[in-house]
Amino acid sequence: MALKRKSKQFKWHRKHLLGLRELSAEEITYILDTAKGFEQISTRSVKKAPPLRGKVVVNLFFEDSTRTRNSFALAASRLSADVIEFTKKASSVSKGETLLDTARNLEAMGIDIIVIRHSAGGAPRLLSRNINACVVNAGDGFCEHPTQGLLDVYTIRKIKGTLEGLKIAIVGDITHSRVARSDMWAMTKLGAEVIFVGPPTLIPAQVSRLPVKVSYSLDEVIEKVDVINMLRIQFERLGGNPFPSIREYSHYFGLTVERMKRAKPDILVMHPGPINRGLEMESEVADGDNSVILQQVANGLAVRMAVLFLVNQAAAQKS
Amino acid sequence: MKAILDSGQIEQILQDLTSHIILDCCQTSSDTPPRLDIAVIGIRSRGEVLAQRLSSRLSRKLGKDVPCGTLDITLYRDDLNSPHGTAQPQVRTTEIGFDIDDKIIILIDDVLYTGRSARAAMDALIDLGRPKAIKLAVLVDRLGRELPIQADYAGYKTDAAPDKLVQVSLVESDGKDEVVIE
Repeated sequence: MALKRKSKQFKWHRKHLLGLRELSAEEITYILDTAKGFEQISTRSVKKAPPLRGKVVVNLFFEDSTRTRNSFALAASRLSADVIEFTKKASSVSKGETLLDTARNLEAMGIDIIVIRHSAGGAPRLLSRNINACVVNAGDGFCEHPTQGLLDVYTIRKIKGTLEGLKIAIVGDITHSRVARSDMWAMTKLGAEVIFVGPPTLIPAQVSRLPVKVSYSLDEVIEKVDVINMLRIQFERLGGNPFPSIREYSHYFGLTVERMKRAKPDILVMHPGPINRGLEMESEVADGDNSVILQQVANGLAVRMAVLFLVNQAAAQKS
Repeated sequence: MKAILDSGQIEQILQDLTSHIILDCCQTSSDTPPRLDIAVIGIRSRGEVLAQRLSSRLSRKLGKDVPCGTLDITLYRDDLNSPHGTAQPQVRTTEIGFDIDDKIIILIDDVLYTGRSARAAMDALIDLGRPKAIKLAVLVDRLGRELPIQADYAGYKTDAAPDKLVQVSLVESDGKDEVVIE
């Protein structure tokens, strides 16, 4: 290969991506910079490059997903890997096979990367300690969803240039949101200020230990923030009655056209999807000029390609 | 450390490459229209600088704009999954703002040595479209090919021993124009 300068170069060494909490700002920036190089693959005539040729990626999803699962599958195939789709319902898990047995059996078939989504927090870490393949967390319990956090900061950085000094509101069901957590780690590490906004019933009790501010009123923060990330109300996870009615939630915490009039003109409106239209966000806002929701999805593909590429690189150099 | 090219010699080589390319690719004959549809693409990172210089020289000589682009070949390297890979290559962007279909592409790099970068670059280019032809131009042609690849336009030829490093510095990226063997 061409000659290389003997300069001090950052080296990515993680063969697993388990969460953003444990990453340094430098590592996060490195992933984002790498992702930039993958963006154009999706726009050119041959939408495929060869770096994972001969590798096998397993999509091991124990929870439902549209965006993340398809995004990982497409990212892996754009890098020329073979993809195995694993679904809980159609597998031996329904016969009582444990997570580790499932993973070990898949590994015995010669797979290289496991992309896992699981309702139990820490499941990806458990896997990473017990198998040789690379493990990428695609969402675990209420803990982390690192690639969503990465694509969110990637999207913000691409439009705003930097996260340094930005004020970012994350609004909604913080307690049950792994997206809020991964976002928080990535955004604060890159220099942004994060405000969690929601009714007290949906803000976690230990929030004072996290590097964020808290507000119980969207009206209080809407004028101040540069970015607003509206979380989905996860009806499937809500127990009890965290708010009196959907209408009331929407009234106080929904992003309406009226509220948007008071926001900064260049505010970025984000949503990890799937949107409950009319609940956390009015359709006019979701489809409006400030919305970057579909760019998030497009950027997610580049970010996931970068992550798959990097963990495989780290594994290749460790072998 | 031995200097093999100074800034004057580098300029001379670029000038020779320019004339060569024009003679070769852009000759007009009475019955065919001038074949002027050429573009220059440099391999990151020194090739990028050389591509800019070459394309502005070609543009000046031909009196028309010769487009210039940059190719990142990291994803096409053949040592990505090799545990012996020394440096971890960083993926960067490919920036080619024009259609390469049916163009004569002058692919330029600083040093042609094993030929592996050129192989990777050709594969990367083919994934972007179907050029009419790809021609390889290099500043330094170093003995030691590991693949059946040769330069169409080569500047300085050297047979530096395998344990030596041929180091190209260019003003835009390194502050000075110079090629040394160390």
